[in-house]
Amino acid sequence: MQARSLYDIGYPQRKSTSFLAWLCLGAVLVGLSFLHAAVTIRAETPAVAQRARFVANLDLTDLALFTEARYTRHPSQADLHSAFQDHPMALEHFPTGSLVPATASSAIRP
Amino acid sequence: MNHFLRRQRYLLDYSLSSLARRPGKHLSLLLVYSLIVFLLASVMLFTQSLRREAALVLADSPELILQRLVAGRHDLIPSNYLERIGRVRGVSGKYGRLWGYFYDPAVRANYTLMVPRDREIGLGEIQIGAGLASTRGLGVGDYLSLRSAHGEPFSFQVTAVLDPQSELVSSDLLLLDGADFRRFFAYPQDRFTDIVLRVRNPREVRKIAEKLTLALPDTRPILREEILRTYDAVFGWRQGMVFVLLMGAVLAFVILAWDRASGLSGEERREIGILKAVGWETGDVLRMKFWEGAALSLSAFLVGYLLAYVHVFQYSAALFEPVLKGWAVLYPAFRPIPFVDGLQVATLFFFTVFPYTVTTIVPIWRAAVTDPDTVMR
Repeated sequence: MQARSLYDIGYPQRKSTSFLAWLCLGAVLVGLSFLHAAVTIRAETPAVAQRARFVANLDLTDLALFTEARYTRHPSQADLHSAFQDHPMALEHFPTGSLVPATASSAIRP
Repeated sequence: MNHFLRRQRYLLDYSLSSLARRPGKHLSLLLVYSLIVFLLASVMLFTQSLRREAALVLADSPELILQRLVAGRHDLIPSNYLERIGRVRGVSGKYGRLWGYFYDPAVRANYTLMVPRDREIGLGEIQIGAGLASTRGLGVGDYLSLRSAHGEPFSFQVTAVLDPQSELVSSDLLLLDGADFRRFFAYPQDRFTDIVLRVRNPREVRKIAEKLTLALPDTRPILREEILRTYDAVFGWRQGMVFVLLMGAVLAFVILAWDRASGLSGEERREIGILKAVGWETGDVLRMKFWEGAALSLSAFLVGYLLAYVHVFQYSAALFEPVLKGWAVLYPAFRPIPFVDGLQVATLFFFTVFPYTVTTIVPIWRAAVTDPDTVMR
């Protein structure tokens, strides 16, 4: 007859059982986060569409996230020299200006 | 298969007991590890959400905007440029925009003043964004007094507060009538801020822009695709910047993990020696240590990722607000939409769980293949 360990008869509580239960719980929670994301996106779709309509009606071009300076308020409209308006070698003045890069360049734009 | 699984479970049991023997050391490691994952995941989730939102919301922004440049700087565009553009094939509409900035010293905030085309606003009336309304404590029927370009006070009556749902794009907006705008800023009658061109076929936009640059050499066209690309770059850049800033913390953690993993303590060496002496195979020792590393890194990933999700999407990434806000007074109240990219999460999982697990195995392998007697001495 095969020998049985204390683990096999259920005493004491195996650490691996608790750990695997924690892993399963974590995996379920990660799965739920994706589910929550999907449900929220579906619920928010009309609001996003409304924002897009608002942008189209008012001919807006930028998000109102960085309002501290004009070239960070409308990064897509600012000219490339705005950040250096005081002096060509001047250090960036506004905190977000150091985080917003120069606008994407293109062949058409000067 | 059953035998294999039972064996792995016993090894896992042993690994967890081994971790529990030094709780302080391993709990502190788990805490730091989870914090690193939390920070990386928060940045990733937040920037991805903003990037997607910007792409969706700005998808209907003007196809083409024409700005006039004088000496490399943006200048007001004469209204006769609308006639000079003439009839361009593919352009379904063209009109001038009137907008500008106003710094309000009372609250030290910048407003964006704009003349809307989609609504009628009476003389002396304004419609304001929800952010501006809450900063100035204004409601419908209240008056807002601002000093004009000539230094005269202008009193505007608030007739509407823009929908708070659109705060992400309208927080600092102040909409007013065209005549009021021109009087307030002493704006020349024959000028616009820029010109918008509506183009039916998106594939023709670039060609039209090229034609306009030739016809009006002192202008620069801004394409919608460039606006979208700007935002993609802004958030990519921000994410990159934060990752660079975090790199110091990540490197410190890597050194800590590497040191912990490679510099086996005498106690751990003795443990491996004893295990080998009592008959454990090298493979078993490696598997046991693999489970030890996996238990720690998997737990850290789960804790870090889940906390980051709650932080970004339930608490609107409150920790990042000061970074985005800078010195701005007006900051839109918005809750990021969870546009979670599965591939990004998988990448984060791979780069946070896999390296740690591997770094714990390599030095153990070196200790495990040596003679038990030598290891124990």
